[in-house]
Amino acid sequence: MLSYFARRLLVMIPTLLVISLVVFVIIQLPPGDYLETLIGEMQAQGENVDPARIAFLRQQYGLDKPMIEQYWVWLFGLLHGDLGYSFEFELPVVEVIGDRFWFTALLALSTTLFTYVVSFPIGIYSAVRQYSIGDYAATFIGYFGLAMPNFLFALVLLYYANVWFDLSIGGLMDPKYLDAPWSLEKVGSVISHLWIPMIVIGTSGTAAMIRRLRANMLDELQKQYVVTARAKGLSPVKAIVKYPLRMSLNHFISDIGQILPAVISGAALVSIVMDLPTNGPLLLRSLQSQDMFLAGAFLMFEAVLVVIGVFISDVLLAMLDPRIRLGEGATK
Amino acid sequence: MSDRDLLPGERLDHYVNDGPFDPYEVEKLTPQQERYYRASEWRIMWWRFCRHRVALWSGVFLLLVYASVVICEFVAPYNLHSRDIQHIFAPPQTLHFFHEGEFIGPFVYGFDTEMDMENLQRVYKPNPDKVQPLRFFCRGDPYKFWGQVDADLHLFCPAERGTAFLFGTDRLGRDMMSRIIYGARISLTIGLIAVAISFVLGVVIGGAAGYFGGFIDALTLRSIEIIRSFPEIPLFMTLSALLPVTWSPIGVFAGISIIIGFLEWPGLARAVRAKILSLREEDFTTAAQLMGASPARIIGRHLLPSFTSHLIASVTLSIPTAILGETALSYLGIGLRAPVTSWGVVLNEAQDITVVAVFPWLLLPVVPLFLVVLAFNFLGDGLRDAADPYK
Repeated sequence: MLSYFARRLLVMIPTLLVISLVVFVIIQLPPGDYLETLIGEMQAQGENVDPARIAFLRQQYGLDKPMIEQYWVWLFGLLHGDLGYSFEFELPVVEVIGDRFWFTALLALSTTLFTYVVSFPIGIYSAVRQYSIGDYAATFIGYFGLAMPNFLFALVLLYYANVWFDLSIGGLMDPKYLDAPWSLEKVGSVISHLWIPMIVIGTSGTAAMIRRLRANMLDELQKQYVVTARAKGLSPVKAIVKYPLRMSLNHFISDIGQILPAVISGAALVSIVMDLPTNGPLLLRSLQSQDMFLAGAFLMFEAVLVVIGVFISDVLLAMLDPRIRLGEGATK
Repeated sequence: MSDRDLLPGERLDHYVNDGPFDPYEVEKLTPQQERYYRASEWRIMWWRFCRHRVALWSGVFLLLVYASVVICEFVAPYNLHSRDIQHIFAPPQTLHFFHEGEFIGPFVYGFDTEMDMENLQRVYKPNPDKVQPLRFFCRGDPYKFWGQVDADLHLFCPAERGTAFLFGTDRLGRDMMSRIIYGARISLTIGLIAVAISFVLGVVIGGAAGYFGGFIDALTLRSIEIIRSFPEIPLFMTLSALLPVTWSPIGVFAGISIIIGFLEWPGLARAVRAKILSLREEDFTTAAQLMGASPARIIGRHLLPSFTSHLIASVTLSIPTAILGETALSYLGIGLRAPVTSWGVVLNEAQDITVVAVFPWLLLPVVPLFLVVLAFNFLGDGLRDAADPYK
């Protein structure tokens, strides 16, 4: 188990390196370097450019050096928590981002949990009671979640919340806590605001999850060992929970790798629509002004989040299913 | 032939049947069975597909939608760019059939406009005296069919000097219904183009990975893993924001399709790889190899046709993703831009929740989007079930 853990951890390193390289290439894609753009803009507005500051920035981020070296400087900074410099806000990226990373991670985590908590019982129910009314209802919800783009769902929900409850939903906490230090009330406020984006983002993932869990369960339920278990007179609950459910749990857990990117994607869009203090709105803004270090930081962070999520799901799988950690079987 | 039982060692009488020999006489097939056993694989798939009613109707619906996309200038009551400055943010006009208990066919009540000075907003009231019957196959707004031929024939148009804003109008007084119908053309074709790109990439890369295995396979799997690590929408956003602002609308259209296509291939490539991995061990592959066929020929000619039906199903299921991707980008204002009109561009007007609260009909493009995506999913599910007809 430990050796599998270590091996899996080592595999992550090249993956993360390649991801960082891709992000860096994306950062470099807009023509010219940022300082040139910045100087041009400032001169166009008739402002004075402080040559000392420009020179400092140029040296700090190695913009005068060749590409490979710039990449190393950026990667080195990344490992030390220095994400580069936002030229739009004229602040280090870390300061611009502030709490956003944590809110994004929190939102992604709670949405994933929501997805699991909701889809698990529904998926099992609709497999065990196939073609019942409940099954059809679940299927309907499933298709709804599949076809409704979640940013539009957020918009429609906001509209009806406004019409029916005269409620304005937006933000992730009560405005009065915005600049307040962290306290229990603030946490409570965040939690009470979190559930709406959670549901909106979680619907599509939940839908997909229910469908997959149902299909896997149905496959398992038709196998002979279930028939044997029933014939032996095992109680129905035990005949379902003890073996078939554990078998289909594997797919359930390995689904994190699919759910997490979808959740983060959805969160980006929904956050923009609902104006949440997460990555989404600032990513959009940084893209519109081509503030690439900022955009790159977001992209990198989200990819890292996914890689870690997949890692966790792999470790969980290995813990649950001995066949996987015993080596070669995993690459089937 | 004798009726009595034979004694031990006694010989049978010699008997010859004059009728022609029919080896299947014992197990005669009924006409239905014969029809089934003699049918080609594709025919059986078609039968299976037809049993999936919802999928069948979704297919018909999509065919109709795509047909209307081809002739959207004719279907839409107004020209895409025509503005009615008398009717800005006009609400949808309800379609009526009976006026004061009398049937006069489809018509709308014309608007009386007044200015609400308190909110500085125009208020539109349907006036029961202004009965404006719709005209059919009529001459209305002039347009250029496919940007080439001048024409002014419409499926239906408003009454002379009347209006027919069945879905309301936007902030420039443009008919929402016409914009949605025109928007379908861009939104639905971008889905097809993007999926075509990802199909080619997925089949070529996945095929090579599965057939050659080894280093190429490992490289492909790694790349897929890397691409999958990026959440889709932020990556779409980043790449499409990098398209130069100076590009022409057509260039941006192509750019967006290529971006979506380039990021969608991993799913298909994986499926193709898995299939080819098992098929390359089959005897017919070895036979083809021994006869000296090139890898490209073996993959394209012998392996791919064995699972064409699966490919079609998974391609159908990936079209809605592409459509939704484009809509999201254009909605955020970093995808397609006006004057190109897609559903996302039309929805772009509904950015602000206060605007949506006052003019909810700006959200109407959600309805066709929802229906099309749903139909593609049903169709894909039906095709997938039909892809294995012998199961």
